[in-house]
Amino acid sequence: MTAAAAIEIRDLAKTFRTGLLGREVRALDGLSLEVQPGEIFGFLGPNGAGKTTTIKILLGFVRPASGAVRVLGGSPTDPAVRARLGFLPEHPYFYDYLTGLEFLDYVGRLHGLPAEVRGRRAARLLEQVDIAAAAKAPLRRYSKGMLQRLGLAQALMNDPELLVLDEPMSGLDPMGRRLVRDLILDLKREGRTIFFSSHILSDVETLSDRVAIVAHGRVAALGTVDDLVTGGADRVELAAAALSGEAVAALGRLATRHEARGGQHLFTLESREAADEAVRVLGRAGGRLLGFTAHRRSLEELFVERVGQDGTGRGR
Amino acid sequence: MTTIWTIARNTFREAIRDRILYGLLAFAMLLIGTSVALADLSIGQQQRLVKDIGLGAISLIGVLMAVFLGITLVSREIERRTVYTILSKPIHRYQFLLGRYLGLVATIGVNVIVMGAGLAALVLAKGWWHPNLLAALLLVAEELLVVAAIATLFSSFTTPTLAAIFTLGLFVVGHLTGTLRTMAERAPEAATRVFAAALYYLLPNLEAFNVKGRVANREAVSLLEVGLASGYAALYLVGVLALAVVVFERRELR
Repeated sequence: MTAAAAIEIRDLAKTFRTGLLGREVRALDGLSLEVQPGEIFGFLGPNGAGKTTTIKILLGFVRPASGAVRVLGGSPTDPAVRARLGFLPEHPYFYDYLTGLEFLDYVGRLHGLPAEVRGRRAARLLEQVDIAAAAKAPLRRYSKGMLQRLGLAQALMNDPELLVLDEPMSGLDPMGRRLVRDLILDLKREGRTIFFSSHILSDVETLSDRVAIVAHGRVAALGTVDDLVTGGADRVELAAAALSGEAVAALGRLATRHEARGGQHLFTLESREAADEAVRVLGRAGGRLLGFTAHRRSLEELFVERVGQDGTGRGR
Repeated sequence: MTTIWTIARNTFREAIRDRILYGLLAFAMLLIGTSVALADLSIGQQQRLVKDIGLGAISLIGVLMAVFLGITLVSREIERRTVYTILSKPIHRYQFLLGRYLGLVATIGVNVIVMGAGLAALVLAKGWWHPNLLAALLLVAEELLVVAAIATLFSSFTTPTLAAIFTLGLFVVGHLTGTLRTMAERAPEAATRVFAAALYYLLPNLEAFNVKGRVANREAVSLLEVGLASGYAALYLVGVLALAVVVFERRELR
């Protein structure tokens, strides 16, 4: 492990007992990953995959059964570590008898900030998440989206190096999602590290430098979005028209998939050799080349593939 | 300490922005007021009745506040998930717990002072004042702090319903410790005596704080008695809160 990692998680395991009979449920089963300083790390997985449990261990709310966690080089149970960290819980809910401004002031006090800094930061953050108009309204009148925004503001009160955001996009309308997305990118530009969980693929895909897909308590895939979606595949798609029957047959033999529609053909080729050969066949046969593109899987395809394998997510 | 104070302040703010509190307070004042009307019906007993009903009302309303604010003191923060936001800040869990408790103490304190001032004003106006009333009020307040600590302890690991049952149960048993003591001294079986003695020392002896009847009857309450009861309250509080801290520090916040 790199000493400088913002988050280091190694071989985390956790089982919970649920119900009256104390049936054991395995929430985490050897989960390992590392988050580097300054990156946006997307933590992706279906509900119940272990995302929230991992985050609760990262914050020291829950103890792992085995394995180790280091956050900013220390233990999450150390307040000095949490002083440098900002956390947005899933579906945030705050004291409904406070106003937005009072709540941020309270958070600032818990961080030991002087009154002048608290006031300045609270005002700026409320502006930044676009709820300044509701600063003096009690939180019981806030909508879900407004609470989510306030949740981000409170996570930033201490000007943290590392942000841990549990489902930051949930409960937001399209405008809100955009705002949060831009905010996260701004935070990265300011040199902060962001670790966020989500089950919304498009958010993870557009934001993250690196992604871990979790399923059944372990990491099923990890890498940059580019790495994951191209995933070492040399798969290309060749679209052509005006082909002779002989050329179609030859290309069909090279391809793993062949679709034909109204005289147009789409061949999926799995290897570089097959692609090269297909180009030569096409050259000799003299058909019309319509397109020749590297096939990118969407993160969604990858997700379904990795998470869904033999129904356990442990296919490989 | 600043952290504990910050959390206590917010807990107090939570309580005073709750309308239920004002309802209870109004009810207590009503009870104290009615005692005067009732007293007029019983010639010669007026003073005793007013003090008895007044102190009883303060005690009853105080216990209701201590129990019903106390049992949700920690569990509500967990249930509403606000605890995750607060404990992600650079604070220790014991600071959170003690801050919540102190906020509750402040709430109970202010209410006892308001209700006590109401009763004292009434007694003064009737010319029945005796400093014993202050001793009775102090001991009522101390009992409430012990009950609040017990409610806080249960709140740190169980649901409000169970916490309410346990706390009210201990409150009732706490007033019956005399029976346990008799059992500890006179039970025929040695094992029963030891068991009764253990329970007697373990359970809160809330009767130690009850001088209401004697104050109403204008009997003397010695300073030594008040001092001993206060010392007992302090010890019991520290013990219960220490246990609550240990339980809460170890608890997994799922």
